[in-house]
Amino acid sequence: MSYEFALTVEDLTVSFDGFKAVDGLNLYVEKNELRVIIGPNGAGKTTVLDLICGKTRATGGSIQFNGIELTKFPEYKIVQAGVGRKFQTPSIYENLSVLENLEISFPRGRSVFGSLMFKRTQDVTDRILEIAETIFLSEQLNVQAGLLSHGQKQWLEIGMLLIQDPELLMLDEPVAGMSVSEREKTAELLNKISQGRSLIVIEHDMEFVKRIAHKVTVLHQGKVLAEGNMDAVQNNPKVIEVYLGH
Amino acid sequence: MNAFYSNWLGGKKGAIELAILAAFIFIVMPLWLDIFRLNLVGKYLTYAFAAVGLVMVWGYGGILSLGQGVFFGLGGYCMAMYLKLEASDPVSTAHQTTPGIPDFMDWNQVTQLPLFWEPFHSLIFTLAAVIMVPLVLAYVISTAMFKRRVGGVYFSIITQAIAAILTILVVGQQGMTGGINGITDLKTLHGWNINTESAKYILYYVNGALLLGVIMLCRFILSSKFGRLLLAMRDKEDRVRFSGYDVANFKIFTFSMGAMISAIGGAMFILQVGFMSPSLIGIVPSIEMVIFAAIGGRVSLVGAVYGTLLVNYGKSAFSESFPSLWLLFMGALFIGVVMFFPNGLAGLYDVYLKGRVESLAGKFKKKNPPAILTPAKTELQNEL
Ligand SMILES: Nc1ncnc2c1ncn2[C@@H]1O[C@H](COP(=O)(O)OP(=O)(O)O)[C@@H](O)[C@H]1O
Ligand SMILES: [Mg+2]
Repeated sequence: MSYEFALTVEDLTVSFDGFKAVDGLNLYVEKNELRVIIGPNGAGKTTVLDLICGKTRATGGSIQFNGIELTKFPEYKIVQAGVGRKFQTPSIYENLSVLENLEISFPRGRSVFGSLMFKRTQDVTDRILEIAETIFLSEQLNVQAGLLSHGQKQWLEIGMLLIQDPELLMLDEPVAGMSVSEREKTAELLNKISQGRSLIVIEHDMEFVKRIAHKVTVLHQGKVLAEGNMDAVQNNPKVIEVYLGH
Repeated sequence: MNAFYSNWLGGKKGAIELAILAAFIFIVMPLWLDIFRLNLVGKYLTYAFAAVGLVMVWGYGGILSLGQGVFFGLGGYCMAMYLKLEASDPVSTAHQTTPGIPDFMDWNQVTQLPLFWEPFHSLIFTLAAVIMVPLVLAYVISTAMFKRRVGGVYFSIITQAIAAILTILVVGQQGMTGGINGITDLKTLHGWNINTESAKYILYYVNGALLLGVIMLCRFILSSKFGRLLLAMRDKEDRVRFSGYDVANFKIFTFSMGAMISAIGGAMFILQVGFMSPSLIGIVPSIEMVIFAAIGGRVSLVGAVYGTLLVNYGKSAFSESFPSLWLLFMGALFIGVVMFFPNGLAGLYDVYLKGRVESLAGKFKKKNPPAILTPAKTELQNEL
């Protein structure tokens, strides 16, 4: 049963000193699906991604990716299994150029000796150029990453994940701090890169969510409050109550 | 050849720096100084190994080791054991209660060579041990720490504790280690008298060549993807980890390499200075080594060499007249450099001299150096 889904999360729980940030969560993401997770601040969205990528260890429950149990894997093995994760604040190497940021992320020479012997061969260069174009940074290849605009940094981090060609890509608030036109481009980008892989995107901007989501999961106090297509979720009385509050 | 130029020498800037350093060590110093003083410089240059190792470990790896003296000392003691055994042949030690064992053992009523000394009769074993003993210790320490994600200040404190423990061990086990007096009265290396003037010259040059070789090896490592990963880890360790790298392995490698480099310095120290003692391996010398690197500029491999020479010159000049003030002065110097010149001497060179030296070098050069692949590469090289 679980093999039909790319990602199967069941009964996932984590408690920080007794506080359950994620509480018995079930989540099923299909292949080629673009899932958006929304929810008020502190709902546990980031923590869910932390659990999947191994940054935080679950107190209970299971996370299966293509039938492999991830909860006991070290982080780098989860990545090598095909899970990529973008952090909420752009996490790039500010002192290196865009090109070097992408090169470091290229999935070859990941061992100590592999990295000592790594050569920037033609296929590496081609792949870097291809990704740079996808993330709208072809012109900035030799720019130091710290000098990019906030939106460009977000794109760069997405590119650093794309170059690894992950089967599951998880993006935490990818359009935060972006201008309207940058959001437009990012929506296109996400629609494009969701082909052939599964995407989990955390986002607040409802207009943006509408443009990209196949299915939306609403998280509240570490639990799934509602799930379904955008319209159904937006008209769900429980969701309205949580968002508008009392 | 191009790869050699840009990876091992470090491109134009790196090649010029290396050439200046080589000229300084191999030509200027020997012409300028008598053998007594040159031998002193040779001694300082052995400390420079530790400082160069720290540039890798601390400057690039972001791991502040306060225990480099441990590895320097282990390399030195391994070499010293071989030399001491050679100096303790039964004929020259015939007057001892037990001839054929090192004199300090005899003084301590030890009547048989301890088992762990035995293999040090072999030069090959000794040379391997000079590298392997510190390397294995560094590997074990760093694996235990970094696999558990212990880092930062905690790691520094652990390294310092190890320096303290080793000192106590060496001092306490007088019969096996020579204790506080150390290992002295060394004469020959595989039959070759190391105390003659010509031997001192040869050892000075061997030492200088090894130092330059080590710097080039470090250049090669830093110019590879490994080097960029170190910079990346210093900046955003989690991003590296979540890009599929086992971050701990990179730190373990860097720390172990720094230890090995330091150990080579220790072995060269004993060959040139002729004794080894616990005063060289404890907390104070370990911290001094950090200061050498800081003064030189902690991300500059050649800077570390000049930093070491300068501080040691200052130490011998200053401590002759005001011995009690030297430690205070050095502490103040360290704080001053860290606060006002975080890039040390190398930073001053970059600001005031680099342009002039390079244009001068350009005049002498007929052939243009090969263009470096991409502008991105040059940016990185500037940092090396
Ligand atoms: N490592 C942690 N230790 C303690 N509490 C945490 C930790 N990580 C997250 N939390 C708490 O868990 C809750 C969910 O946080 P988070 O997942 O960041 O929310 P969201 O991303 O939905 O805004 C918050 O109350 C937060 O304070
Ligand atoms: Mg969040």
